[in-house]
Amino acid sequence: MIGLFPFAPAASAHARHLDTLIGGFSVLVALLAGPVIVLIFAFAVRYRRGKRVNRTRAEDRNVWLEVSWSVIPFLLILGFFVVAARMYFALREPPPGAMPITVVAKQWMWKFQHPTGQAEINRLHVPVGQPVRLTMTSQDVIHSLYVPALRIKQDVLPGRYTELWFTADRPGTYHLFCAEFCGTDHAAMGGGLIAMAPGDYARWLADAGGGGSLAAQGAALYARLGCGSCHGASAAVRAPPLDGLFGATVTLADGTTRRADEQYLRDAILDPNAQITAGYPAIMPTYRGVVDEAAAMALVAYLRSLPKGARP
Amino acid sequence: MSEAGLHDSPREQDVPIQTPAEGRSYLAAGSSLRSWLLTTDHKRIAVLYLVTITLFFAIAAFAAALIRLELLTPKGDLLSAEGYNRAFTVHGVVMVWFFLIPSIPNVFGNFLIPLMIGARDLAFPRLNLASWYIFVFGGLFTLAMLAFGGVDTGWTFYTPLSSTYANGNVVLALTAVFIAGWSSILTGINFIVTIHKLRAPGMTWGRLPLFVWTHYATALILVLATPVLTVTLLLVMAERVLGLGIFDPALGGDPLLFQHLFWFYSHPAVYIMVLPAMGVVSELVTAAAHRKLFGYWFVAYSALGIALVGFLVWGHHMFVAGQGMYASAAFSFLSLVVAIPSAIKVYNWTATLYKGSIALNAAFLFAMGFIGLFVMGGLTGLMLAMLAIDVHVHDTYFVVAHFHYIMVGGAVTAFLGAVHYWWPKMFGRMYNEGWGSISAGFIFIGFNLTFFPQFLLGYAGMPRRYHEYPPEFQTLQVLSSSGASLLALGYGLPLIYLLYSLRHGEPAPPNPWHAAGLEWTVPSPPPTHNFEQPPIVTYDAYDYPEDGEP
Repeated sequence: MIGLFPFAPAASAHARHLDTLIGGFSVLVALLAGPVIVLIFAFAVRYRRGKRVNRTRAEDRNVWLEVSWSVIPFLLILGFFVVAARMYFALREPPPGAMPITVVAKQWMWKFQHPTGQAEINRLHVPVGQPVRLTMTSQDVIHSLYVPALRIKQDVLPGRYTELWFTADRPGTYHLFCAEFCGTDHAAMGGGLIAMAPGDYARWLADAGGGGSLAAQGAALYARLGCGSCHGASAAVRAPPLDGLFGATVTLADGTTRRADEQYLRDAILDPNAQITAGYPAIMPTYRGVVDEAAAMALVAYLRSLPKGARP
Repeated sequence: MSEAGLHDSPREQDVPIQTPAEGRSYLAAGSSLRSWLLTTDHKRIAVLYLVTITLFFAIAAFAAALIRLELLTPKGDLLSAEGYNRAFTVHGVVMVWFFLIPSIPNVFGNFLIPLMIGARDLAFPRLNLASWYIFVFGGLFTLAMLAFGGVDTGWTFYTPLSSTYANGNVVLALTAVFIAGWSSILTGINFIVTIHKLRAPGMTWGRLPLFVWTHYATALILVLATPVLTVTLLLVMAERVLGLGIFDPALGGDPLLFQHLFWFYSHPAVYIMVLPAMGVVSELVTAAAHRKLFGYWFVAYSALGIALVGFLVWGHHMFVAGQGMYASAAFSFLSLVVAIPSAIKVYNWTATLYKGSIALNAAFLFAMGFIGLFVMGGLTGLMLAMLAIDVHVHDTYFVVAHFHYIMVGGAVTAFLGAVHYWWPKMFGRMYNEGWGSISAGFIFIGFNLTFFPQFLLGYAGMPRRYHEYPPEFQTLQVLSSSGASLLALGYGLPLIYLLYSLRHGEPAPPNPWHAAGLEWTVPSPPPTHNFEQPPIVTYDAYDYPEDGEP
């Protein structure tokens, strides 16, 4: 089955579910609107001026009729609202085991990086049957990653991480577009999503090589930038320890707390003075201009990979 | 020519005889350029607006033609990427702010509100003229922006593209819209004060025609929403020109802040376009059916309901923008709520036709076209309000089709309905009904052929604002472009037969449609001061005979 609509291939369970939803909703709205259209034509013919027909005792108000044709369609529609909202919520909550892929957008290209380190431009290879989670950001303007066959899109913002997850279940090559107008070559900012059988994906990864996992690339960067001279265990300068930081709750100097998620770690690298950890001096310089969004994502992947439980 | 000679002419015999005390028609009050440019007569200002916005419509329609021609083929062969981006930006900016927003309110609202409520003019006639001058001044900036090569941000001016990265004449475009916004605000204030203070004796709120009710609701939106837009545009200019970090994260700003502010205006702006259209259709349906409007109070309050709830739904433009998911759910729910008052109107128009005595004239055909297209636009709007559906079709041709059904199928069709219904009143001439009906038919068929395929394109995944596209979308794009040529014919025809009627049309009697309403009690065209004696109103709106026959 390619989906409910032959002109729009569907490559995930979510996509087919959405086709059913809009199909069902179309039937409902046709039932609500059909009578109006039919009656307008019927009345225009039956009661056209000059035709002799009974026009007596026409009401010019009927409160019960009006209340019922306001409320009943609304209640019917609410059912669809609930289903659509639940599907939307599910799109916002990636399953724990989803494979993380990082995405950096810029005018006018997409850069994808796989957890095992392979990077690709404008084309994204994924295994079918495996949940995939994209963590995305933009280097300049707002873009939007859109895969019609999966029926999903998410805007990609500068200065912020957004997420998108999916499980493709049908091997094939599908369109991947930028959906948010982003300047001159917006229409050229696309490529493909290549969904592959897991074995094919493994072979593709092997062929694509890659310079070590994303976390390993982050570790190399960590060493090259000398982050450890402050954050290391034996450093002379007092800086927050990084082991087990990912996912922990951090108390900031102003007393508020934040969960150390990917966004927090990125901001701490690129804009460190915006959120000073309580008890530490504000001495870290910004790495904006030194570290671009893709490098920041590698650093974050490294910080994620650090051992847990080592936190005081 | 002697006076007697004038009256010997057979055509002149049909002109309603006016005694000198009734005054000359407003059109005869002067023909010099000065008499038009310095007029404070609301009817003349309405004509000034009609001419101005028709010119802007032509500019924006030309841009639309370029877009539809480019999309005939999957490759970008007619326009470059840059050229195409500029074409759709000009199309959007000019259509929204220099045609649709002022269309019905500033032409027909201006002309008709004083006549419908029994007043001599709007409350502030000179302010009314100032509104037009401000509008034209803003329009000059638009023309300058075009002359210097256009702008490539899209009509939505999303940051940080517009504030930092775009390379067109962004500041000129922002200034043009900023200035036009002031015109909207002043017109809104004028309408509100007029409707509150200048109603004739006996013209209670419960006797106001629905046209006046919907313009009252529109004026509230104009006054409350437009300032948010003008301030937002100033902020974009401040970031672009002065480098103040407001929206660009690289400068410490927040790009989503712009979207919240922009849609806080621009969603209600859709109701600025649609509410007056609903007012027009309420007049057209009752006049054609010769019936009192079914459920007057439901329809009147639903106009206010739309204006109120319309302020609470802007976040439905941002379901995939990075907005919180519970906020999105709330905006989705409220967007379904705002459909209730719209549905009430459609059902009530239908019920008004029941047992009516329906004149199938051109104006009514436009009203029928409006209802059909508006229903289609509204129902696809419900689909877009559904969270998971919007995630898929947001920023695709599905959205493009939806809002064209509302803004063109709805607002522009109602505008043309208004032109055909009140033309005899405005210019004192009858036009050819047959051609009017043909035009209405061309527009209805051409419109559906143009925009229905775009729903399918959008669902299949074609993003908007693409000048090149994958070849499998070509069939539907060609269908859409061929529909557009039929649509262009439908829009071009009225220009011919209406202008022809100005010189050659039969003189119009005061009430050619046998319609109720104070505007039909004065000569066509009305004298400068509208009513010789202030009318005293003792009857409800749509006071048609019970049995429905004229």
